[in-house]
Amino acid sequence: MQFWIIQTLNSVAFGGLLFLLSSGFSLIFGLMRIPNLAHGAFFMLGAYFGYTLLSLKFNFWIAAIGAGLGVGLVGIILERFVLRQLPGNAQGQVLVTLGLSFIVADLCLLIWTGDPMPLPAPQELRPPLRYFGLAFPTYRLVVLGLALVAAVGLYFLMERTRIGAMIRAGVDDPEMARGVGIPVSRLFTTVFLLGAALAGMGGVLGGPILNAYPGLDADMLPLALIVVILGGAGSLLGAFVGSFIVGFLYNFGIALVPDLAYFVLFLPMVLVLMFLPQGLFGRVQL
Amino acid sequence: MTRSSIIWLVVCALLLIALPRIIIHEFYINMASQVLIFAILALSLNLMLGFGGMVSLGHAAYIGVAGYTCILLTIAGYHPLVAAIVALILSTGCAAIFGMLSLRAPGLGFLMITLALGQIVWGVAYRANTLTGGDNGISLPARPMPFGFDIRSAESFYYFTLIVFAVALFGMWRFVRSPFGASLMGTRDQPRRMRMLGYNTWRIQWLTFVIAGFWGSVGGLMYVYYNLFLSPHALTLQQSAEILLMAILGGATSLTGPIVGAAIITLIKNVVSTYVERWNSLLGIIFIVVIVFMPLGLVPGCRALWRKWQARHKPPVPAASAPEPAE
Repeated sequence: MQFWIIQTLNSVAFGGLLFLLSSGFSLIFGLMRIPNLAHGAFFMLGAYFGYTLLSLKFNFWIAAIGAGLGVGLVGIILERFVLRQLPGNAQGQVLVTLGLSFIVADLCLLIWTGDPMPLPAPQELRPPLRYFGLAFPTYRLVVLGLALVAAVGLYFLMERTRIGAMIRAGVDDPEMARGVGIPVSRLFTTVFLLGAALAGMGGVLGGPILNAYPGLDADMLPLALIVVILGGAGSLLGAFVGSFIVGFLYNFGIALVPDLAYFVLFLPMVLVLMFLPQGLFGRVQL
Repeated sequence: MTRSSIIWLVVCALLLIALPRIIIHEFYINMASQVLIFAILALSLNLMLGFGGMVSLGHAAYIGVAGYTCILLTIAGYHPLVAAIVALILSTGCAAIFGMLSLRAPGLGFLMITLALGQIVWGVAYRANTLTGGDNGISLPARPMPFGFDIRSAESFYYFTLIVFAVALFGMWRFVRSPFGASLMGTRDQPRRMRMLGYNTWRIQWLTFVIAGFWGSVGGLMYVYYNLFLSPHALTLQQSAEILLMAILGGATSLTGPIVGAAIITLIKNVVSTYVERWNSLLGIIFIVVIVFMPLGLVPGCRALWRKWQARHKPPVPAASAPEPAE
C-alpha cells in the first residue's frame, strides 16, 4: 500500500514538474512554430541557479523565483538576439536552439563541475505528513500544489485575459493575428520569457527531487517532447494531461521495470501518432 | 559525370588509397578511418536531409541498434558475419518503424519525433544494465576477419573502412541519381505537384528513411568495429547532432558536402579534445555560426565562389558550358 501511494505521489509530483517544463515548450511551439530545443537546458540552468542562490543562504522560494527570472532573461536574450536573426527559417531556429543548449550544458559543467549538486527542500517541508498510519512526502505534495496553481494561473491568463486571447489568436493563425494589429512579435518575447521562466522555476522546484546534475537537460527534453507529442502542440490542456500521463508512465516504469523505463514511454507515443497525429488536444499541426 | 569530375574522383581515390603511406603515423591513420566512418553516417543522414528535406535528430539510434545487436550476438558466440547481417536487418527494421512514426508529422514535428525516438533508444541502452552494461558500455571481443583478412592493425582496418565507404558512396550515388532519387527531390520541392502526378510521396519519403537507416546502420557497425566498444555516449543527442552538423556544414545538397563536413568536424574534435575539454561548447558555437552565416554549407558556398572567380577571369566563355549538374 505504502509503495503504491508513494509511487503515485512521486508520479503526480513529477507530472507537475513536467507541466512546468512542457507548458512553456508547447506554447512556444504553438505560437512560433519553434520546438525550442534549449528548453531542457533552461530547466537545468534553473536548477543550478537555484543551487547557487541557496548556497548564498537565500530562502528556497526566493531562490525559485530568482532562478526563474534569471532563466527568463536568458530566454529573452536567446529570442531577441539569436532567433530574430533567422526570420522565417524555422529549421535554422531549431538547430540554433540546439547549439545553444550544448553551450549552456557545457558552461554549467565548467561552472558547477560534474558532481550532482543537491538542492535541499525547505526545512519546514522535510518531515513527512502522517495520516491513517501512512506517510506522505510533504514536499512532493507541495510541488504538485504549485504545479496546479501554475496550471490554473496559466489557464486564466490564456482564457480570461486580453493578452491570452492575443496569444491564442497568434497560435491559431499568426498571419491573421498580425493583420488585425496584434503585436505578434512582442507576444513571442512574452511567451518566450514566460516559458523560460517556468522551466527555470521548475528546475529549482525539481531540485530536491532530481538534484542538479550534468545531463539533466538531456533527460528532461525528450520527456517534454513526448508530452507535447501526446498532448498536442500549443494546447495548455494537452500539456497538462500529457505531463501527468508521462509522469505516471515514467515513474512507474522506473519503479517496476527499471530496464525499460524509457521503452514504456514509446508505446503511448506510437498509439497517439498512429491514431491522433495531432495529439490528444492539439491546436496546431505538430 | 563530366570529365573534370571523373578526374577529381580518380585523384581523390588515389589519394585515399595512398594515404597510409603518406601519413604513416598510426594515430593519423586511425583518424582517417574515423573520418570515413563518420562520412558514411553523415552521407546516410544526408539522404534524408539534403535530398528529402527531412531533418532527423535521431540518427545515432542506428549506431545503437546495429552496434549493440552485433556485439551481443558476437558475445553469444555467433559468427561475426551472422552477427553483422542480423544487426543490419534489425536496425533497418527499426528504421522502418521509426520512419512510419516520424512521417506522421511534417516538418518540425518530424524533427521532434526523431529526436524523441533517438532519446528513447538512448534511454533503453542506458537503463537496460543487464543487457547493454548501462553507462559502462560493453566491448566487442575482437574485430571480425572478413574473408579471412586480418583487419586488426590500423592500416588494414583503414583499407577495410575505405572499401565499405566506397561501396556505401557508390550505393548512395546510384540512389540519388536514380529516377527514385529524382522523385525524392521532387517530393522535397513540390510535394503537392508530385501527388498530383500520381506519386505516392509518403512511400517515397518512407523508403528514403529506411535506406538512410540502412546505411546509417552500416556506419554504426563500422563505428563499433573501430572502437571495439559501445556505450550510451555514442547514442546521445550530441552524437546525432554532430552527424547532422557534418552534413549541414559541408553542404547538404551534394554528396561531397557531408564527406568534407565529416572530415572537418572529426579533425576539429580530435585536435580540440587533446588541448581543451570544451568540445561541446565549440560544437554549439560551430552549429550557430554555420546556421547563421553559412546556411548552405561549405562545399556549395566554395563552389559558388569558384564559379564567380572563374567568370571574372574568363569572360569570353559565357553560357556555352553546360551548367554543372547538381550532385
